Amino acid sequence: MSLLWYATRATGEITLLFLTVVLTFGVLSALRVGGRRVPRFVIAGLHRNLTLAGLGFLAVHIATTVADSYAPIALTDVVVPFGSAYRPIWLGLGTVAFDVLIVLTATSLLRTRMGYRRWKALHWAAYACWLAAVVHALGTGSDVRSSLFLLLAGVCAAVALAAVAWRLAAAGPGKTGLRAGAGLLTLATVLVVGAWTVSGPLADGWARRSGTPASLLGKASSPGPGTAGRTPTPRPTRATRSAGDDERGDGE
Amino acid sequence: MTWRLRVDPIACTGHGLCAELLPETIDLDEWGYPIIGSLSDGLLPLARRAVADCPTLALLLERDRTR
Repeated sequence: MSLLWYATRATGEITLLFLTVVLTFGVLSALRVGGRRVPRFVIAGLHRNLTLAGLGFLAVHIATTVADSYAPIALTDVVVPFGSAYRPIWLGLGTVAFDVLIVLTATSLLRTRMGYRRWKALHWAAYACWLAAVVHALGTGSDVRSSLFLLLAGVCAAVALAAVAWRLAAAGPGKTGLRAGAGLLTLATVLVVGAWTVSGPLADGWARRSGTPASLLGKASSPGPGTAGRTPTPRPTRATRSAGDDERGDGE
Repeated sequence: MTWRLRVDPIACTGHGLCAELLPETIDLDEWGYPIIGSLSDGLLPLARRAVADCPTLALLLERDRTR
């Protein structure tokens, strides 16, 4: 069972990496980056094919999450957000990101049939999709307090922010108000998510506050017969984690 | 059945992907906009790819009725 949960965490983090790289390649193609050395069709191709590869990791991430019996996550939670028994809001954001990603991929593959304007209007949602995925990772992730995860999330956020900033700066003349508004919205999002990360997932008692079922919280503080046979894996963050806070990290 | 490529001059913003993917048929003018040549049937798969990959969907593949 713990193998499934480790697979879930690993593939989730890989998917976050993929989404960030894909977002960056999307911005690069919108900014017409490319020339003789790296032709533009290569950047467009990487944007598409890395999305499809990322979807593969995401499929494993979702399948292992549902298959793992530790947390009560049902099959409906894969597509219907905010209804799960386990951390409903933060798991639900992952579901939202998944739904949006599926819609964006499908509409991009059928792009020639739906028209450029409709496709593009929809494709702006990619930024929201990335944000939902990041907040999902921070809100449900079992490894949020590990320094490696924080490094990964930090690098992903920095890369995505740089891409967005470049996109806004280089969007060409006109629409100054819209671009300034988007810039302010980005800044506000960074501040809100940053403050929430420090006061939420990184603070004590997040497992309880995020909506983890009480039965799971109990299991962690007093290992029952189900967890007795398992060897706890020491991880760099064990020292900083208070008992019973992250039920996953201590129980498995 | 013969096919030809056409550029929607209003939609095209000169990304130039089409000329990268189909240099046999498409040249770029000095401002980076495509100049379409004749399309042989053997290039049809590549032409389809160029149409699908155009960032602004400005490249169109049509049946050629003039020939």
